[in-house]
Amino acid sequence: MALLEVKNLQVRVDDREILHGLSLTVNEGEVHAIMGPNGSGKSTLSHVIAGKPGYEVTGGEILFKGEDLLGMAPDERAAKGVFLAFQYPVEIPGVATMNFLRTALNAQRKARGESEFSTPDFLKKVRDVAKSLNIPQDMLKRGVNVGFSGGEKKRNEVLQMALFEPSLCILDEMDSGLDIDALRIAADGVNALRSKDRAMVVITHYQRLLNYIVPDVVHVMSKGRVVKSGGKDLALELEASGYAQFEDAA
Amino acid sequence: MNVALAKTETGRAVSETFAMARSRLPGAGKVADARRKAFESYERAGLPTRRIEDWKYTDLRVLMREVLPLAAVPDQSALAKAVDAVKAAAVENACRLVLVDGTFAPKLSDLGGLDKGLRVQSLRETLDAGADLPAAATDDVMVSLNAAMATDGVIVSVDDGVALTKPVQIVHVATASSASVFTRSRVQVGKGARVTLVESFAAVSGAKSYQVNDAVIVSIGDEADVAHIRLMDDATDAVNISSGLVTVGAKSKVNFLGLTSGGRVSRYQGFITLAGEGSDLSVNGVNLLKESQHGDTTLVVDHAVPNCTSREVFRAVVDDRAHSVFQGKIIVRPDAQKTDGKMMTRALLLSDDAEADNKPELEIFADDVTCGHGAAIGALDESLLFYLRARGLSEKEAQALLIQAFVGEAIESIADDGLRDAVVAIAERWLAARG
Ligand SMILES: Nc1ncnc2c1ncn2[C@@H]1O[C@H](COP(=O)(O)OP(=O)(O)OP(=O)(O)O)[C@@H](O)[C@H]1O
Ligand SMILES: [Mg+2]
Repeated sequence: MALLEVKNLQVRVDDREILHGLSLTVNEGEVHAIMGPNGSGKSTLSHVIAGKPGYEVTGGEILFKGEDLLGMAPDERAAKGVFLAFQYPVEIPGVATMNFLRTALNAQRKARGESEFSTPDFLKKVRDVAKSLNIPQDMLKRGVNVGFSGGEKKRNEVLQMALFEPSLCILDEMDSGLDIDALRIAADGVNALRSKDRAMVVITHYQRLLNYIVPDVVHVMSKGRVVKSGGKDLALELEASGYAQFEDAA
Repeated sequence: MNVALAKTETGRAVSETFAMARSRLPGAGKVADARRKAFESYERAGLPTRRIEDWKYTDLRVLMREVLPLAAVPDQSALAKAVDAVKAAAVENACRLVLVDGTFAPKLSDLGGLDKGLRVQSLRETLDAGADLPAAATDDVMVSLNAAMATDGVIVSVDDGVALTKPVQIVHVATASSASVFTRSRVQVGKGARVTLVESFAAVSGAKSYQVNDAVIVSIGDEADVAHIRLMDDATDAVNISSGLVTVGAKSKVNFLGLTSGGRVSRYQGFITLAGEGSDLSVNGVNLLKESQHGDTTLVVDHAVPNCTSREVFRAVVDDRAHSVFQGKIIVRPDAQKTDGKMMTRALLLSDDAEADNKPELEIFADDVTCGHGAAIGALDESLLFYLRARGLSEKEAQALLIQAFVGEAIESIADDGLRDAVVAIAERWLAARG
């Protein structure tokens, strides 16, 4: 079943059109990779799916589990199972990581009509996930992402993903800033979440990530559109020949 | 409005108020003379207007208009009503000294089992016994009016070397409506003493449109360690004009936090003089204002001697049509070499109609000093809000988390966990009450 359907999406920022009629369908259980040159609109697409303000959708639609996503507030989308691991996670000084995680998790559960986690259950869950991602406990004692290295911030995104158990995971350049070991650990964390009713959209510049998280479909984005889609071999092809051939197509 | 006319009107009203109050004001002879002089100096100026530089943003002639008649001495039913308000305002394990409508209420206070070396009397008691009014070294007109009209207060002293085991909490409870309350207290902290002083202002439900004018004169000896917390949560249609006059001796450590969340019109003015070398002063303030509240925090830190450090952190959260004012002045006297004084103030505007004014001033007369100030006024960071909302927090929840973090920078200066939690709880209640 289609989990995410992006149909002919047109998006403007400050009167400049950035996505020019982009279409993409992701089914439950699938992993899609999106590759494409800098500035082709990958992060813009992920932001619009997550509901970031400042983007004007001038045409097209986004359906999530058949529902109109664009009419929902960002927190509603999160509660319904949309998760974006940010390319640039922000630092939030003064907001303790644990407090943030618990508030977020319980807000999502409450919105779905589920009971809130008790403190011991919550703590156990966070500890287990943190351990599997090699995230030291004292990192969780700091403010959200405060003083985290680039790689630590990315791991913290994967931690949240594992904790919230969303049905759609969008990973925007999860691999940038990760060293080789961290990349493997984070990718293992992501793979552990692969399941038949969860889908993933992995945005990356590097084929290497796709050796760890093997996609079912690879899309090439250029100038605000998906210009080619194929199997996992398309990523290898791109690695060898670059994007030049698609720039014209766009 | 005709300003000249307004002045005569308020002038006449207040002189009547004073004349009517006189028979009730404790203190004869020299105290009565001092009150009359103080009243005359108030009467010459009247309520401060914006034309007086120190009151530029808080024009009391516009905001307060007149001084209301004195509140009646609380009767049994007023005292009974006050009990719940005292309980609600109480910090854990404190020795409470309660003033109801400007009158000391011994029955509501914890006078039994005081720490050894802690002495407590009411102002009225000391004046009746022939003592002077606690003197305040300022010519501020509202402090003069306070000297003229103060009906009661508490006189607290802590002996040299005494470390109090419990905080001393002065609780002001208003039960009267459309009346004014004047209190004046003194706190003396002996050499090497350790004291936590809490001042709370609260109202019983139903107390409306009252006016509070409080002055506290604090003298801190050498090598003392003082935490001083002031929580002003008066009724949202009340006026609260309070003054703190603090003198700090040598090698002492003083940590002050003021939180203003109540009052339609309020001003807290703290005049703090570092009078002994080698002391560390930390002064923190938080204004939480909404609807049409006007809250003014004005702090003057006077480095009179060398080698002291002062740190001021002020945070204002301003919602709806509220107006927050912060005035911070650091004075470094010619002798006060090696002074290290800093002031950081930030205001968070939660609505387009919210307003914050900020006036930092440095008056430096010594050459070998490190002094500075920084200020910022802005809205909540959109990218942080979005991050939180993308994780499932509603707009209000996301704002609340960021606002808590924002005021936390001032509140975290409180060393005592229980007290810090109590202050955080007030901020949380304020946030929860936002629509
Ligand atoms: N807020 C904005 N204001 C103006 N232009 C923007 C804004 N956000 C994105 N753009 C522009 O939209 C285009 C697409 O940006 P986007 O960040 O989506 O690219 P990307 O594919 O994620 O690139 P990268 O691979 O470098 O992360 C770029 O030209 C960018 O400058
Ligand atoms: Mg990007």
